[in-house]
Amino acid sequence: MADDIERKVIDLIAHKKKLDPATVTLDSTFERLGVDSLDTADLLFTFEDDFGIVVPDEVATSMRSVGQVVDGLRRLLSTRAEAD
Amino acid sequence: MRRVAVTGLGAVSALGVGVQAFWDGLVGGRSGIRRIARFDPSAYLVQAAAEVPEFEPSDHFDAAQSDLLDRFAQFALVAAGEACRGAGLELTDAERSRAGVAIGSGMGGVVTQDDRYHKLYAEGITRLHPFSIPRIMNNAAAAQVSMRWGLGGPTLSLATACAAAAHAIGEAAEMIRADRADVMIAGGAEAPIAPGVLRCWEAMRVLAPASDGDPSRACRPFSRDRLGMVLGEGAGIVVLESWDRAAARGTPILAELAGYAATSDAAHLTQPGVEAPARALTIALDQARLAPSDIDYVNAHGTATRLNDSTETAIIKRAFGPAARRLAISSTKAAHGHAMGASAALELIATVLAIRKGVVPPTLNYTQPDPECDLDYVPNNAREMPVRAAVSNSFAFGGLNAVLVVRAA
Repeated sequence: MADDIERKVIDLIAHKKKLDPATVTLDSTFERLGVDSLDTADLLFTFEDDFGIVVPDEVATSMRSVGQVVDGLRRLLSTRAEAD
Repeated sequence: MRRVAVTGLGAVSALGVGVQAFWDGLVGGRSGIRRIARFDPSAYLVQAAAEVPEFEPSDHFDAAQSDLLDRFAQFALVAAGEACRGAGLELTDAERSRAGVAIGSGMGGVVTQDDRYHKLYAEGITRLHPFSIPRIMNNAAAAQVSMRWGLGGPTLSLATACAAAAHAIGEAAEMIRADRADVMIAGGAEAPIAPGVLRCWEAMRVLAPASDGDPSRACRPFSRDRLGMVLGEGAGIVVLESWDRAAARGTPILAELAGYAATSDAAHLTQPGVEAPARALTIALDQARLAPSDIDYVNAHGTATRLNDSTETAIIKRAFGPAARRLAISSTKAAHGHAMGASAALELIATVLAIRKGVVPPTLNYTQPDPECDLDYVPNNAREMPVRAAVSNSFAFGGLNAVLVVRAA
């Protein structure tokens, strides 16, 4: 499941920004990838559907790298799993 | 090129109906941002907006009239009425053919549209009311004003989102300058607070959450802890006339619409640039034959998003140079909300009154200075000061920029 999240995030960002997935890593910052706030809202919209979660705005604004997205999604998923 | 006089003002805003309520609210440091009242916002992420309080259509229209009017057109007609009365506008038939209308709106009759879509998709009702299109169409406000006052000159509606009213007022002024009209009723009207629209705005993640449960503190332009914009509604209308005509008929000239510029970023769909907005400031000041040091007040676009406010600070510095440090700058959106296509008109009215009254309205909810916004934003309290000339900025989605320059009459 952990690898699944990372894979999904990398693949979607690479697809949306027309990048070679091999160049997108956990360390990649949104600034370097050219992912802006509108792109972030778009990406999170898909992740919310895929994972069945809601990413609050205040969490979204702290997601500025691939790694931060993966961590954030993981945390929201485990919170939801605890609640279930 | 002819000069353009502002001879009448009309406003409907979250601070109330009428220019007096608007101005009193602004200088009194009040915010019209409250919990949404016209539908139950409990299920929404964002629950506050700058709604026009206690607006009763039956106070202004009979049933036959209001059947034809979406809320945004109602606002426009009420504001236009106040502006035309204030200007003492009485036109002969010949003069009416040289008088026109330019009203901006981002979304037109979207309250009606949202209601009709709900009927169709959620309630399965396939017979929609025959007045739906005339209520929804973006030109409804402009057309209704033209019809109500019998104005036979050019009637236009402009849909450039957050800059719509600025473009409307600016282009109306250009028509007078170019001798294509002698009088133009110009401004903006917007009533976007409908369920579907709110959901679409929520999804952009740019709206401010309610702060400490107090909606009036949610919008914090230029403050370090700003959290985003707040939707508003209303209408602002000004009467523009050729200067000679206004002077000849002896009506008080409230201010001169001295400059206008429109430029485009041609870059990002939602994020503002610096070069093109600064260029709009420069061009508008040039048209007004004013130097940056002649400007005392800037009414900022100031939406209170993280990005706008820091970018706008850079824009003002680029355009004004060292004179930027001596400017009084404020965003009145913390008081009247981001009324989209109506905003620039409400802000122009605030700018005209700042000049006339020698009082600059404050930027509310300014709690923490932001090093990226290090100019004088007139925090929290109105400031008495002479204002010889002022500027109003509007920077819309799509990178559409409009600047208006106003000079004391």
